Amino acid sequence: MPGLYRTLKYAAVLLWSAFVVAPLLWALTTSFKTINGVTGGATYIPWLDYKPSLEGWRELFNTSGTGVNIGQPFIDSAIVTLGASAISLVLGTLAAYGLSRFTYRAGFIRNRDIVFFFISQRIMPPIVLAIPFFLMLKFLGLLDSIPGLILVYIALLLPIAVWVMVDFFNNVPREIDEMAMLDGCTPIGAFIRVVLPNSLPGVVVAGLFCIIFGWNDFFFAFTLTFTRTQLLPVAIVALNSTVTPWWSLSASSLISVAPLVVVAFLVEKFLSRGTLAGAIR
Amino acid sequence: MLAVTLNAENLSVSLDGTVHLDHVDFTLARGRLYTVIGRTLAGKSTLLRVIAGLLEPDSGRITLDKRQFSGLPVWRRDVAMVYQQFINYPHLSVLDNVAFPLRRRGTPKHEARRRAGELLMRVGLEGFETRRPSQLSGGQQQRVALARALAKQAGILLLDEPLVNLDYKLREQFREEFRGLFAGQADMIVVYTTTEIGEAMMLGHEILVLHEGRLLQMGRPADVFERPASTTVAEIVNDPPMNLLDGHIADNTLHFSSGMGATLPLHMVALPPGRYRFGIRANDLEMRPDGAIGGEVIVAEVSGSETFLHLDTAIGPLAVKCEGIHPLALRTQVRLALEPERLFAFSPEGGLVAAP
Repeated sequence: MPGLYRTLKYAAVLLWSAFVVAPLLWALTTSFKTINGVTGGATYIPWLDYKPSLEGWRELFNTSGTGVNIGQPFIDSAIVTLGASAISLVLGTLAAYGLSRFTYRAGFIRNRDIVFFFISQRIMPPIVLAIPFFLMLKFLGLLDSIPGLILVYIALLLPIAVWVMVDFFNNVPREIDEMAMLDGCTPIGAFIRVVLPNSLPGVVVAGLFCIIFGWNDFFFAFTLTFTRTQLLPVAIVALNSTVTPWWSLSASSLISVAPLVVVAFLVEKFLSRGTLAGAIR
Repeated sequence: MLAVTLNAENLSVSLDGTVHLDHVDFTLARGRLYTVIGRTLAGKSTLLRVIAGLLEPDSGRITLDKRQFSGLPVWRRDVAMVYQQFINYPHLSVLDNVAFPLRRRGTPKHEARRRAGELLMRVGLEGFETRRPSQLSGGQQQRVALARALAKQAGILLLDEPLVNLDYKLREQFREEFRGLFAGQADMIVVYTTTEIGEAMMLGHEILVLHEGRLLQMGRPADVFERPASTTVAEIVNDPPMNLLDGHIADNTLHFSSGMGATLPLHMVALPPGRYRFGIRANDLEMRPDGAIGGEVIVAEVSGSETFLHLDTAIGPLAVKCEGIHPLALRTQVRLALEPERLFAFSPEGGLVAAP
């Protein structure tokens, strides 16, 4: 019964889409409400159900009075996330290539153990790292600063980059590196000219993970900053006062999701096709 | 630059406790094609990888024109290689794949592409320049790899069982083309590994027989085939492997261990009495109703215009290759004629002592 199967399949997809999209729609509609629109029971359609207002959005960029300006936290979050992601991606890719191509031995430790050591840093609860990071940044004089946060985020994102890229490099046949060297490339030349272009989907996936984890982090952004530097997740929480401003919270959550949605659309084509087909029979 | 040589002295390689090359010595001259024959895991690929610089030998050295060659990094060696897997760069077009080694040598892009186009024509891939390797068939992919290896214009070209992953018809076609492709390469040393004796005989100016990491024999194909240095070489260079039978010579008569005797052929008359191993090729045995040896069919394989038989006979198990199709049932009784003039004699240790 292919017809029924098809119908059920589409029904399932629709249901799941509704599940994913509904909170975003809810946030979107709430962001255009005022206090009356929020507390007066469930309403959905602007102009019909309630009178839309830009108040919630305006408050986010209001520097005077009670408003919290999230413009600067947004820019700082972008600098920290992109900076840490880029550095993690470069270092992680190089480390992963080494771990994929060369054999390291130190006592009982092998390549696999080193890769696990990297990822194990993401297994332990972040709270374990809070005090060490705090003391280290204090020692370096980088507390409450963008360079300090970038440094900490590199430590958080590097394991992800290494872990993703090792797997991708392991799937690029070694013979390709050898062939590149036979054709006149140095090892680093073979890596840049041949291995990396053929691992592009991996680089994109690793980059995406770094950006998502970096952008969404709240814990370290909260514990390692005070007054000078504030990242977006912390700024959003700071919106909350005695009366929860649901309208501006909704608007700010949409602002915070937007960059990730844009990134996802940009890299979508890399994720859906493998470029390695035909490298080796 | 003729009459220059690649010289290997005492090469040994062990990996994870397994010996891959065991004190190998040889001298290869430019303008010649060498086929390295050996079974799987004989050390053929290891030998090529050592020459290419992809593997450092545990001991021994390689010199090219008396200059030290081992120790030189891969990318500085004058070596090109074709793998048995079809290795190409998936992210580049066919034309750019072939132009890649030229570009690495500093050839301007336009010139590199022009020469790559010429090479693609030589290997029969005209019109495929803009495709990706993944859009080609296996045979075509291997042609790209071959064109790329030729593009480098290296002094040493290594081919590691390049036809093993192709079907029978394509292999035949490639073999013919190889002879033409390599005929004009007077300043190149070509080393070609294979497990097929037919390929080795047809292509090579010289054959190197490798077994368990040791170089057992090196020489002109006809010489190796006619005078295999040992029982192992005799088994490797014959397909099916040469039949080997224990026996001895006494009172000017040849005795198989089963008790059967035969007149001593002329080429064994000078041999002193004693124990020997006698060898006979599968196609030197003839099925005849008046044959002296009785046997029973264990396996019968009809392949094209020939029939391979495995027989249990009065003098031991024998493989027979005969012309024509003989659909013999299992356990059929047959009679074989064995010409003593076609027998090889090896010492009990395996060394050749007499050949027909």
